Amino acid sequence: MNVQVEPAKLKAKDFASDQEVRWCPGCGDYAILKAVQMALANMGAEPDNTVFVSGIGCASRFPYYMATYGFHTIHGRAPAVASGVKLANPDLDVWIVSGDGDALSIGGNHLLHVLRRNMDVQFLLFNNEIYGLTKGQYSPTSQIGQKSPSTPQGSVDAPIDACTFALGCNARFIARGIDIQAKDLGYVFTRARDHKGASFVEIIQNCIVFNDDAFAHFTEKKVAKETQIHVVHEEKLIYGADSNKGLRIKPGAFELEAVTIGENGITEDDILVHDETNKVLASLLIAMKPPTMPVALGVIYCDSAPSYEQAVKDQIEGAKAKGLGDMDALLRSGNTWTVS
Amino acid sequence: MNLQTDPSKGDGADGTQMSEADTDSIVVRFAGDSGDGVQLLGGQFSQATALDLNSLATFPDFPAEIRAPIGTTYGVSAFQIKFGSRMIKTSGDLPDVLVALNPAALKVNYKDVRTGGLIIVDSGSFTERNLKKAGFNVDPREDGTLGEHRTIEIDISALTLEATKQFDVTQKEALRGKNMWTLGLIYWMYDRTTDATEKFVAGKFGAESPVAQANIAALKAGHAYGETAEVSGDIQQTRVAEVEFAPGEYRLVTGAEALSWGLVAGCELAGIDMTFCSYPITPSSPILHILSRLKNFGVTTFQAEDEIAAACSAIGASYAGNMGITASSGPGIALKTEAIGLAISTELPLIIVDTQRAGPSTGLPTKTEQSDLFLTVWGRNGDAPMVVLSARSPGDCFETAIEAVRLATKYMTPVFVLSDGYIANAAEPWMIPSMSDYEPFPVSYRSEVEGFQPFSRNEETLARPWVKPGTPGLTHRIGGIEKADGSGNISYDPENHQRMTDLRNDKIANIAKDIPAQAVELGNDSGKLAVVGWGSTYGPINRAVANMRDVGLDVAHIHIRNLWPLPENLIDLLGKYDMVLVAEMNNGQMLTFLRSQTRQDIDGHLKVTGQPLTIKEVEDAIRARVQG
Ligand SMILES: Cc1ncc(C[n+]2csc(CCOP(=O)(O)OP(=O)(O)O)c2C)c(N)n1
Ligand code: SF4
Ligand SMILES: [Mg+2]
Repeated sequence: MNVQVEPAKLKAKDFASDQEVRWCPGCGDYAILKAVQMALANMGAEPDNTVFVSGIGCASRFPYYMATYGFHTIHGRAPAVASGVKLANPDLDVWIVSGDGDALSIGGNHLLHVLRRNMDVQFLLFNNEIYGLTKGQYSPTSQIGQKSPSTPQGSVDAPIDACTFALGCNARFIARGIDIQAKDLGYVFTRARDHKGASFVEIIQNCIVFNDDAFAHFTEKKVAKETQIHVVHEEKLIYGADSNKGLRIKPGAFELEAVTIGENGITEDDILVHDETNKVLASLLIAMKPPTMPVALGVIYCDSAPSYEQAVKDQIEGAKAKGLGDMDALLRSGNTWTVS
Repeated sequence: MNLQTDPSKGDGADGTQMSEADTDSIVVRFAGDSGDGVQLLGGQFSQATALDLNSLATFPDFPAEIRAPIGTTYGVSAFQIKFGSRMIKTSGDLPDVLVALNPAALKVNYKDVRTGGLIIVDSGSFTERNLKKAGFNVDPREDGTLGEHRTIEIDISALTLEATKQFDVTQKEALRGKNMWTLGLIYWMYDRTTDATEKFVAGKFGAESPVAQANIAALKAGHAYGETAEVSGDIQQTRVAEVEFAPGEYRLVTGAEALSWGLVAGCELAGIDMTFCSYPITPSSPILHILSRLKNFGVTTFQAEDEIAAACSAIGASYAGNMGITASSGPGIALKTEAIGLAISTELPLIIVDTQRAGPSTGLPTKTEQSDLFLTVWGRNGDAPMVVLSARSPGDCFETAIEAVRLATKYMTPVFVLSDGYIANAAEPWMIPSMSDYEPFPVSYRSEVEGFQPFSRNEETLARPWVKPGTPGLTHRIGGIEKADGSGNISYDPENHQRMTDLRNDKIANIAKDIPAQAVELGNDSGKLAVVGWGSTYGPINRAVANMRDVGLDVAHIHIRNLWPLPENLIDLLGKYDMVLVAEMNNGQMLTFLRSQTRQDIDGHLKVTGQPLTIKEVEDAIRARVQG
């Protein structure tokens, strides 16, 4: 009898390539890289079977730093390249890394389609609300008024919220995390990988050089507890330093309301329970913004559906089962005649 | 041709007159409203003609609008076929016979008809309203407009209604049988039977269905009309003698079919699965349609969200170890440009099929042209060499596609395959090859861990190793940033960039050693004049050169398939002629291109009307340069 030898469990550093990481010191991308490497090790991912595909931008340098297969492609097109990889070999574990400009500006079309098709990939959007690599122009997620080299008087463009966009594209898995919260990110990455279909993860990422502290109003330690809610499936939507804040449906309105348990007759029973399969709830959670509401983090929406590459494969296998193609027969199909 | 000959010349057994054609080819053009079923009529007639062992070439010419307003000139659809008892190489210059199913079809086409040619019109459609819509102020049948031609008026509409009235079909459905009635008549004119079309109609609608029965009745009625005394002496039955085809099994094939099948065959010879990614565009879409039905060959088709995504997903598929292929036409090819650069930089196999169409921007989507030569050979940012091949005829698309797979996989490079709207839609008899005639060229993937470097090179081909993600122990990263020779790591080193640019260039240039030497299609390998062509102009150039050689002119035909790299002997070969004339359907792209490769004086015959070159214009161009 063969004795199965368990492969030695890989560590985070086993997922780090030998290339020198070249992001600016203090960039949020470092923390995300570590979190991904740690999460992959914990998940038992196989480097040989893992592919990271990226577009262009600071975030998109990511694959070079991973000791997996990697493809640094062209600006905005990573979802399209990744789709081809997954179609050709559905067994590969395919991750896409993209920036807010890469994913929502030049690549918005491809993000839309990889999500609506439900291709089985993980899409990590590093949102720093700025174009880092090209030295700080405003991006499609930058807030109105953002001063940048191309908007000296402040941007007048209305921004798009990444998760709202994903939900509108019929993404079946939507999660949000913060660069410095490695443990929470690890959980989200694991869930994203487990979800068969397109998994969309927005990662709030600080660009220390061109947009420092853009998210400080909810990421700073001293405000985090009051401005973040970590949603967990089938658990009460409760947050706050004293765990006494929660979300409920505002009476007489179709919207969420942040309330304090013990005030105005509110009890824990009034607080909503998170249902990650509820798309309407997801849309309300995603839209929440400080100061009136906390920022929703964690797995906000997960409701799986058949994945695209599987359906494609099923059609091909079905056709093959009816008889493998014969080239000579194909060339002779239809009307033919013989000259002797 | 015989339609003008004395009707008393020879009697058929049944008393109808029959004669062998006194020339060896006939050109017929069918024209009607886009709803008249002209393309189907043409397709059926082509099949029957091929089965009767005539050689043939076709030219479908559709309007750009799907459903243009009925009766307008821009809604006219036409189908031309040239067939005969000698090898046919073009769809013909001037029609001998024009069948016009409405006034607009007459308006658009009558001027093309050869002097003395025959025009058959459906008089039932010549209402005042239709004449007006076609832009005729006066009925052209009455004011001498058609004076140079012989015109036969038949009320095809009424005869079709009459033939189909016993069936349970609406008047509209009955009138749709006009094309079948016309086909029946034309079958009779060229002594063909209606059997194959009857089978086709029964198969399409179900033998019992009233629509099928009405269509077959119309077909037979048209045939009978020719047979019986109803026909004036103007129409006479003609039998075109069989062509002496080389022995073998034949079929009709369009360029789109042959190209699709050639790609599948190439992948089979390479032992690799195909991932075909495309976005619909005229005239490229038929390839996507055809391949999507070949899933049992392991073909994956992916209709991407745009041409950029199509090219990128094909690249992703190649990266994963499949043969990634994308196809488009002009505007779509332009969109793929950046992605093609990525495939060049990362040295991945990729095939891009460009079914060329006319004009910049949207141009003339349904018209043909060969004006993407610059785009494909030179049209990328950076020094970005790649292989460019062009197919010369529908059947040749098969061979060209196989060669594209061979070169892409052997040299780890993108390959352009140029076809055009004419080749894609035209049909020709094709001797069906046998897969056992082809030498397989199996791809090999790197799996050896020892000494692996993503950008090391095969000494002979200069190709880098192809590693499928998933291969144990060979994880590595590639991308569009310049990479260090060998290791593939990001490199901004100036000398390295020079070296990598040279390597990419040498790898492609080196392919010249692995392709056939440039041959002379017709004529001597030196002399007064060489007419140089590429792509779909093969037919008219070849015939024109043959005709001019027959009258004693010193002229040769050279046809280039390998546009980049060029065959090693090409420039020397051209130097052996006193004059070189490039004939092409663009404003001088091959002309400029060849001039950039040689100091020889080269001249051009250029045309951009959206129509194929004609034999006559090439003959005239030759005559203007060499005298007997
Ligand atoms: C076709 C093309 N257009 C423009 C660029 C220049 N460019 C590179 S990255 C980038 C924006 C990057 O912003 P983002 O996606 O947010 O990534 P970040 O650098 O912030 O991580 C731009 C405009 C390019 N590389 N390619
Ligand atoms: S520019 Fe910003 S996003 Fe880019 S590496 Fe530097 S800190 Fe990070
Ligand atoms: Mg950014």
